[in-house]
Amino acid sequence: MGASAPTITPALLAEHKLTSDEYERILAALGREPNLVELGIFSALWSEHCSYKSSKVFLRDLPTKGPRVVQGPGENAGAVDIGDGLAVVFKMESHNHPSFIEPYQGAATGVGGILRDVFTMGARPIAVLDPLFFGDPSAPRMHGLVDGVVRGVGGYGNCIGIPTVGGSTFFHPSYDGNILVNVMAVGLVRHERIFKAKASGIGNPVLYAGSKTGRDGIHGASMASDVFDDEKAQRRPTVQVGDPFTEKLLLEAVLEVLEGDAVVAIQDMGAAGLTSSSFEMCARGDVGMRLDLDRVPMRESGMTPYELMLSESQERMLLVTKKGREREVIEVFERWGLDVAEIGEVTAEPRMVLLFRGEVAADLPVAPLVDEAPVYRRPWTLAEPLPPLEGAIDLSGAPDETAALLALLASPNLCSKAWIWRQYDRSVRTNTVAGPPGDAAVLRVKGTKKGLALTADVNPRYCFADPMRGAAHAVAEAALNVACTGARPLAITDCLNFGNPERPEIMGQLAAAVKGLSLACRALETPVVSGNVSLYNETDGESILPTPTVGMVGLLEDVARAVPHAFRAEHDVVALLGETRDELGRSEYLATVLGRDEGPCPLLDLLAVRSMVDLLVDLAADGLLSSAHDVSDGGLAVALAEAAMPNSLGADLNVETALLPAIYLFSQSAPRVVVSFPPGRERAVLEAARRHGVPTAFLGRVSRGGLRVAVSGNVVLDVPVSTLTKVSEEAFGKMMEVTE
Amino acid sequence: MSSGARPRVSVVLFPGSNCDHDAVHAVETAIGADARLVWHDGTDLGRPDLVVLPGGFSYGDYLRCGALARFSPVMDSVRDFAASGGPVLGICNGFQVLCEAGLLPGALLANSGQRFLCQDVHVRVETIRTPFTSDLTKGDVLRLPIAHGDGNWRAEEATWDDVVAHDQVVFRYCDAAGERVASANPNGSHDDVAGVCNRARNVVGLMPHPERASEEILGNADGARLFRSFASGLLGRSA
Repeated sequence: MGASAPTITPALLAEHKLTSDEYERILAALGREPNLVELGIFSALWSEHCSYKSSKVFLRDLPTKGPRVVQGPGENAGAVDIGDGLAVVFKMESHNHPSFIEPYQGAATGVGGILRDVFTMGARPIAVLDPLFFGDPSAPRMHGLVDGVVRGVGGYGNCIGIPTVGGSTFFHPSYDGNILVNVMAVGLVRHERIFKAKASGIGNPVLYAGSKTGRDGIHGASMASDVFDDEKAQRRPTVQVGDPFTEKLLLEAVLEVLEGDAVVAIQDMGAAGLTSSSFEMCARGDVGMRLDLDRVPMRESGMTPYELMLSESQERMLLVTKKGREREVIEVFERWGLDVAEIGEVTAEPRMVLLFRGEVAADLPVAPLVDEAPVYRRPWTLAEPLPPLEGAIDLSGAPDETAALLALLASPNLCSKAWIWRQYDRSVRTNTVAGPPGDAAVLRVKGTKKGLALTADVNPRYCFADPMRGAAHAVAEAALNVACTGARPLAITDCLNFGNPERPEIMGQLAAAVKGLSLACRALETPVVSGNVSLYNETDGESILPTPTVGMVGLLEDVARAVPHAFRAEHDVVALLGETRDELGRSEYLATVLGRDEGPCPLLDLLAVRSMVDLLVDLAADGLLSSAHDVSDGGLAVALAEAAMPNSLGADLNVETALLPAIYLFSQSAPRVVVSFPPGRERAVLEAARRHGVPTAFLGRVSRGGLRVAVSGNVVLDVPVSTLTKVSEEAFGKMMEVTE
Repeated sequence: MSSGARPRVSVVLFPGSNCDHDAVHAVETAIGADARLVWHDGTDLGRPDLVVLPGGFSYGDYLRCGALARFSPVMDSVRDFAASGGPVLGICNGFQVLCEAGLLPGALLANSGQRFLCQDVHVRVETIRTPFTSDLTKGDVLRLPIAHGDGNWRAEEATWDDVVAHDQVVFRYCDAAGERVASANPNGSHDDVAGVCNRARNVVGLMPHPERASEEILGNADGARLFRSFASGLLGRSA
């Protein structure tokens, strides 16, 4: 051991976010005091970000198995069979804290990190989706954050050449001091080429490949496990800097070496860099490693073992190759102009021995750091259920329905996000059949007839009102979005963004949300194959709304039958599938038009969602539909407007309802879907709907005129489609103009 | 090329190219080409009928778009191939490389809006005297996607006079009806130029991506018309 080991003081422990109890555990595991390098390693691997110590007990409840699941949670990403010998590999992660400090680099490296998780599985990335959550858009600082994040996502994805095909953008003051940047990446791989991060083979060489290691991002994992205050917002050095050009070279080099059989295991150096990659690979294989840190390619001179182990420099990989085959792997990385070095070997005893300048810089058993990391059963409490709002809302002073619709279409949450997605390359790789603003993106799978439908969804207002039902709504909405295209939902990835888990009410939100995800995933048979937990999303005591983002992948057997979300032909019949109830609680109408963010979120019957999904898949497979669009935020009126705008087609509709017109038009009851189909197919659609027990109402016809809705013969909504489009398209740019 | 044989297409792969596979896929599906990737540090183009410089971010576009790629060894071969009359198509970053290499006139600056833009545009065919427009009609309007941050084509006055005098503007941005209106120009390029050719007319560069619009399943096959023009011209020349 180096003689310079410092005394471990309470201040040093606090700096490393380790409690005194945790330090006692360290002493017990080692039977001695750790040195500073070892303390840093414990700090990183036992951080919330790496260990999931607060969430683990709940996550065990999630369904992770299914007939199509090839790889569930625990690897770099999940994998699901799609037939034809192929698997779809996907995962979603957060990059929240870095993006608030430095939005461009935070978002960019968020994209880079999740892409590496996908291609270390041997999969070629085919798409990125980016659910973003910002604060009050009228705050000038928020414009800089929106602009920086959007440029960061685009800057990285556009350069590396992976299309950004979907996502969502949600504004709410609870994100004022803590924005969320979630990124989902999706890739394709042949089954037999799926690679894992399990080290094995005593004496096998350990290779480092990619960028050199610098001093950037040291302590990123522990920063992501801490609450924010003003002082920490100054922590710029802990934010990593991304280089998509290097990542592109790394992507091609990694996929090339994984085509051969020289590589035994591979893992991205993500959070906690060399530490997490080496320890986790060893833990999975129940082996150890001896690493010679002098051989790590370094960007700066004078780097210490502590810095080398904890740096979060981007675009780096750790590989174990077969002994004697390392040369061919090294040659591939060299041809792509990347740094590569043999830095150690796999050892039988499950210990990590780190050498530096001829001395042992650290010598740690693997298990206490990874599999035996602390697991907390933190106290949690559930909020009281909220009373229903029915009849409690006075609509007498509300604007008329047309004005309300225009206000919704101009609102930050519902206006066109073209300003954002026009800055993303959505068509590179020539697979994108449908991108935004549809319900789900549709990508064809080259070499097959198949297609994939991709979406990412959550309504944080619902999750705040009722974390369990709100989380279930997120799964349901994702499933409906996927099914609207005609795809069968396969599986989900989740990104659980919450506040400080040391507060019982936040822990209660997490516990209830996981329960909701679990119930919904079981009911819809969409297991959770990967995910990420981001806690401590609060600033100065203010927590974000609970935000369990759900990313879903669905499969289209025949991509040529994919159903778009927009009306396609004049005279097509417009029908509403599903039941409309008096449910304005937590609706966009209530929040935006009436300025009230209150009430319970809508009820959710998961069996009804399942029936609706089955119906949509059947209708699409039979080629009956011209369009299908999920009714969600903003209710039926907004759904109709969204179906009308893309092809400038209106609708002439007359409905019979006992509800007040505003409630009928803006209620957010789910599951509901607006479909259109050519005249003459009414009977076939109705029969299919009856078979699945889905209530169906024929509302009218697609027209070349405006969007016109009458309730029992009285026209309540009448507006030219061009007006809808103008209002929706201009809103976001106007909002951002203030600072441009 | 003998009649009935597959056109041979070489797609140059620079570090950071990212539309290389798309170009290969497009020429394979649109004209049944025998397409291959050619690595940037080699000089053997493989006796192609067509060389494509694909889109992407060659060398990360770190100095200036296309500025480093022109020094790649393969560019010497591309220059020789072009000088001997071989058809060369530069798409997006490939167009930028061809301008930097002096094989095409002008230069591409940052979009006037200072943002990366990915959207469909319309372009009007301005000349049919190139291998890629020979089967089209002057005035034809194509719908094609763009995806770039630096598509603002500029030329010095003397160069511009030359380009006009020799009918070297191949495509101009326009609206769906073929009218040149300010709102149809996505990047502020001079005189709505979307693509140009060299004086010998065998080297063509354009900012839009025809390879991304070459199949009906993607909702647009207008781009395939460029590749089919090339293929039918090849048949004509070899007949």
